[in-house]
Amino acid sequence: MTSAAPPVPPGTVSKPASGVGRSGPVAWMVLPALLLFIVFGVVPLVGVLVLSFTRWDGLGAIHAAGLSNWTSVLRDPQLPHSILVTFEIMILSWVVQTPMSLLLGTFLAGRQRYRAFLAVLYFIPLLLSSAAIAITYKALLDPNFGLGPGLKLDFLTQDWLGRSDLAIAVVIFIVSWQFIPFHSLIYQGGVRQIPTTMYEAASIDGAGRIRQFFSITVPQLKYTIITSSTLMVVGSLTFFDLIFVLTAGGPGDATRVLALDMYQRGFMSNRMGPASVIAALIVLLGLALALLLRRLGGSTTASQQEGA
Amino acid sequence: MAVVTSESGTTTAPVRNPSFRARRLLQLNWFGGLAGWIWLAIVLVPLYWIVVTSFKDQSAYFTQNPFALPSAPTTNNYRLVIESDFPRYFLNSVIVTAGTIIPAVAISFMAAYAIIRGAGSKFLAGVNGLFLMGLAIPLQATIIPVYLLIIRMQLYDSLLALILPSIAFSIPLSVLVLANFIRDVPKELFESMRVDGATEWGMMRKLALPLTRPALVTVSIYNGLGVWNGFLLPLILTQSPDKRTLPLALWTFQGQYSVNVPAVLASVVLTTLPIVILYAVSRRQLLSGLTAGFSR
Repeated sequence: MTSAAPPVPPGTVSKPASGVGRSGPVAWMVLPALLLFIVFGVVPLVGVLVLSFTRWDGLGAIHAAGLSNWTSVLRDPQLPHSILVTFEIMILSWVVQTPMSLLLGTFLAGRQRYRAFLAVLYFIPLLLSSAAIAITYKALLDPNFGLGPGLKLDFLTQDWLGRSDLAIAVVIFIVSWQFIPFHSLIYQGGVRQIPTTMYEAASIDGAGRIRQFFSITVPQLKYTIITSSTLMVVGSLTFFDLIFVLTAGGPGDATRVLALDMYQRGFMSNRMGPASVIAALIVLLGLALALLLRRLGGSTTASQQEGA
Repeated sequence: MAVVTSESGTTTAPVRNPSFRARRLLQLNWFGGLAGWIWLAIVLVPLYWIVVTSFKDQSAYFTQNPFALPSAPTTNNYRLVIESDFPRYFLNSVIVTAGTIIPAVAISFMAAYAIIRGAGSKFLAGVNGLFLMGLAIPLQATIIPVYLLIIRMQLYDSLLALILPSIAFSIPLSVLVLANFIRDVPKELFESMRVDGATEWGMMRKLALPLTRPALVTVSIYNGLGVWNGFLLPLILTQSPDKRTLPLALWTFQGQYSVNVPAVLASVVLTTLPIVILYAVSRRQLLSGLTAGFSR
């Protein structure tokens, strides 16, 4: 197609290569992605806000509803509970996943062959769909036919998904099972970029291994920790399929996170207005958390990229 | 004296480096090592259980030790699954996944190329900012307007209804990772191709594309994984059984055969197997691309 490459327009050639002059001919290449992202990303984002002020059953006509959805949802005692459960799962799974991923990632960054082998096996849980994982654990934890009764182990024979405190613990365990491998890979990549001379200098100064971990590895991984935490925290707002298949929000509403609350109000009770209010809250929460984490990192994505 | 040794220690470090590192690593990391092997068991035990149980018949499932190998291995569970509509769902998943990642990676690559090559343009910087914002927003939360949009476009209950939003949702991360890689292509190469009269399109195809191949593979697999395992979009945007993709089929299958756990687990194995094979083939590239792409 471009075999007989046409000469570059004289204007661009004669200009000093200053970047600005070159942006013209390439800018159009961004258009297909931009267009699709606007239609299915940005428009729905605005749409969530618009729909939160309407009454719609998902099929019929859409009517303006003023502030009624917002006032009714914000007054609904269900909402604080859903927010609480969402934060509980978000924070506890961060607390479980981050130290474990840091430790495993640092460990995996070593070069022995068996570590590469471990990294291969660690990745497997990520290949399973959340639906498959939920189905598997549901069977494993069954109080009548699951692991506990099968192995005749009493401490494993519990009504894991039937008691609220246990159900939340199970969700956090499964989330960690699924995602610690991913985050430890991110940390592994981060650790490998730390100059080894820092460790050598530290050990000459007499710093022990644990001291090195906390004085070199952790501070050097600052941006990696921010990236990983952002993915973890924003990702936890979207835990839908796992919880939907595992507990459907139960027992009672013990594991009804915001995403599930949105689905149940919208697609099961056919009240898209209130569901959109919840959706808008999820979006705001995600943005706020991402900005907060970036602020904590004391840097912007842009400056990180400049440094790359 | 002390000053001299510490100085020489730093300067000769590159030479002593390998043996020094190895020794340190061996003596140290027993704690990390312990955690590593324990974690391996936590990861593998449920996986082992899935595979072993999928070859048992129901009576063995109820009576045998859950971790024992099947005394009379049977493939009946697999036959049952394959003789259901499983092949149809499988095909749907293949269509949706391929239909998503090929266009998604192509347009994300073009966008990333434009953003790097056009650095300095306010428009492109704004677009980049928009995509970065998409990373921070849980796009699944916008499912209700997406549902409305799909209905209005008369695409409800079609495979295209799954493909279009999936492409859009995979753009932010793809552009970020690809742009990070394209940025590493030395500017001199572009300059010399330009002197030879290459167009931007030609430079993108002949220079940036081959040099970014590892990142393209990474991004394809990462997005492919997300789409293959996607649950929310099929649940909401399709309705008829013949439009089901695997995760949704798995869920309905579990409802139908809830008593027949081995059969359900056989279907779990069958939905995961293609991905495991793909992973085995492209593992090295995926892992290196992933660690490099995210840790920057």
